[in-house]
Amino acid sequence: MSQAGRTDAELVRRCRGNDADAWNELVERYSRYVYAIAVRGFRLSEEDAEDVFQDVFTRVYTRLDSLRDDTALRPWIAQLTRRRCLDALSARRDVPADEELTKEGSSDLSDVEEAFEVREALAGLSEACQDILDRFFTRDQSYKTIADELEIPSGTIASRIARCLGRLRGELEGRNQDDEGSRD
Amino acid sequence: MTRLYDEERLGVLLRILRPAPVGWVRAAQELPAARRTFDEIVARAEADLAFRTALIADLEQALAAEGYEPDRRLLHEIRERLSDS
Repeated sequence: MSQAGRTDAELVRRCRGNDADAWNELVERYSRYVYAIAVRGFRLSEEDAEDVFQDVFTRVYTRLDSLRDDTALRPWIAQLTRRRCLDALSARRDVPADEELTKEGSSDLSDVEEAFEVREALAGLSEACQDILDRFFTRDQSYKTIADELEIPSGTIASRIARCLGRLRGELEGRNQDDEGSRD
Repeated sequence: MTRLYDEERLGVLLRILRPAPVGWVRAAQELPAARRTFDEIVARAEADLAFRTALIADLEQALAAEGYEPDRRLLHEIRERLSDS
């Protein structure tokens, strides 16, 4: 589940060398992001979202050599995804693509960017914290399911989640301070 | 600008990046193999007139006869390539 490990630039370099593990990791790292842009940012149907999803990764795979800055993988994927979502919307509704994105959608896209940063920070936590937060918040598992699957008392789930959220907040604040420090 | 995160906001943001359907992720991860299949079929179609004619006549049947099992997207791409060339 962790996003830590190889940097985007290293993943890109390895993918160009036909490293299958690196490609799997790249898809794993960005699958939620592409999915969220399509279904949350642009409100695409599942059918359109699937087409966009596969098309984006096909383009990433076949055009990786055209990426000029290996560290810019995320903005490149975001741009490819947004463009394909607009194409899908205009094909469906016969409406000019650039008129499709409402203020609400734009705000959702900005939330997706922020969510990606939170997910990156999540990777800095222990595997146990990553797992419990992912189960509760993104897989909608109940306390009981989490307790049963992880074999821990259900009465401790809420406090574990709160503790992990506290650590996540610390991780994010640490990153913010690092960012501000680097700008000084 | 320093962002402040309370538990509620963190929960909202965590919920945004839900897992994409497993089948979609798997299909994307299998792209390299699918591309190799595509390249192989296109190369054969360019080199073998009988194979190319069979593909144009009935793409799915011709591929199945040769042991290929391409998915819907790959079939679409092969069709497009054949009509371009």
